[in-house]
Amino acid sequence: MADVIVDIREVYKSFGHTDILKGVSLTVSEGENLVIFGKSGTGKSVLLKCLVGLLTPDAGDIMVWGKRVTDLKPGELNALRLHMGFLFQSAALYDSMSVRENLEFPLRKNYNFTEGEMTAKVERALDMVSLSDAIDKMPSELSGGMRKRIGLARSIITEPKLMMYDEPTTGLDPITTKEISKLIRDLQVELKMTAIAVTHDLICATIIADRSIVLKDGVILFEGKMDQLVQDTDPFLVNFFSPDFIEEETGI
Amino acid sequence: MPEKGKANLKKLLPERGAVMEFFESIGGLFDFTMKFFKSVFLPPYEFAEVKKHMDELGVKTLPIVSITGMIIGLVLALQSNPVLARFGAESFLPAMVTLSVVRELGPVMTALLFAGRVSSGIGAELGSMRVTEQIDAMEVTAINPFNFLVVTRVVACTLILPMLTVYVIILAVFGAYIAVVIVQDTTFQLYINAVIDSVRFSDIIPSIGKTFVFGFIVGIVGSFKGYNATRGTEGVGKASTTSVVMASMLIVIFDMVLVRITLWLWPM
Repeated sequence: MADVIVDIREVYKSFGHTDILKGVSLTVSEGENLVIFGKSGTGKSVLLKCLVGLLTPDAGDIMVWGKRVTDLKPGELNALRLHMGFLFQSAALYDSMSVRENLEFPLRKNYNFTEGEMTAKVERALDMVSLSDAIDKMPSELSGGMRKRIGLARSIITEPKLMMYDEPTTGLDPITTKEISKLIRDLQVELKMTAIAVTHDLICATIIADRSIVLKDGVILFEGKMDQLVQDTDPFLVNFFSPDFIEEETGI
Repeated sequence: MPEKGKANLKKLLPERGAVMEFFESIGGLFDFTMKFFKSVFLPPYEFAEVKKHMDELGVKTLPIVSITGMIIGLVLALQSNPVLARFGAESFLPAMVTLSVVRELGPVMTALLFAGRVSSGIGAELGSMRVTEQIDAMEVTAINPFNFLVVTRVVACTLILPMLTVYVIILAVFGAYIAVVIVQDTTFQLYINAVIDSVRFSDIIPSIGKTFVFGFIVGIVGSFKGYNATRGTEGVGKASTTSVVMASMLIVIFDMVLVRITLWLWPM
């Protein structure tokens, strides 16, 4: 059995008087692709941000490779982050830098590569996302799908072992959604990454998920394989994954 | 106090939320400033980034300070000449204009113009980076965004404003010369001699010294507002405008304090 590399135990998080996460526990094993579903505002992105130390949970433990994220000093947290990648919903490309500079930035700041090595890495990452021609473009010149791909290339350029995707296909057309999802799947196989993806998108999840969980009202409502999830008769899940609408209170 | 008077007074006073927000903002700025001083001496040192910002900020501000500096000197001389003439003291015009520009007008005007142009720019730029998750993206790739974005900008502002001020003072003195030529019969040599004779070391050092403080204020306030921006594009706009207001207010307040300290250290 593969090693557990992410272990989240009873995590609580609230903003002001609004409770977002109410005791979420889950594990992710090495090489696994976990997809987290849930309505907007249920804390999916918050959970990811707690995992990388951008947010601090109010209670509970988050262990990554056996290290408690909340206990790490800034230097130790950054050392851990060197093995993680994060694709933001908006791709979060640096507006003032070209595509090449965006991709070189984490390499320049964290490693001692020569210019030649960096160029080779940038070209390889862009080749993986099929955007070699965009190397000298500015982010403002890219379409939504291209921005996502470049964001993905920037995230994988450091060859992370654990990758997190925050709504990787939101706002994209179905064909681009499939392309990006397939790309995520291929990268996971090629780079042997473990991945956690937050999404609303059934197409994306069907392509990339080994296992899925559904968050509702700050707790995990469902955990299992995708085929089990889409066949579940829980009114909330039926509403989420099928064209039918069921009144959740009555189940009709 | 009668009830009507109380009600009127209540209308005049700002709402409790606004007062709380103001004090929270001051407290937040203090914490942010402490964080800057903790970070500024720690590696990594981003010298290239500081130089890049100095170039950008200097070029951005040059046109507006050039025009304003020249006109301030010219107008000040034109306005002062009739007043001095009443007392038969026209010959003091170069000295009066030079001292006014060196000691007060040059540093404060340049700082206020710099605040208007740069503080809002930093507030908007960092605010936009915050709301589009670019700062978070930096953080998750193990890069310290505070060092890279804030420390470099604040250091650049602190170093570039004194240079701009010296430039403005020189232009203002030259602008005043144009006015002196218009209203008085004098030569450039006589004018420059009068200017040099009127300025002492103790006039220049405190005056330029305080511009380092003003530059720091512009950088730290713009960065503070932008770095902590929230609520999307509305937050970016707010960060941009409030940073100008806050920086300008602090420049004027610190000027008052620094003038008192200067006069205490170097009595006229």
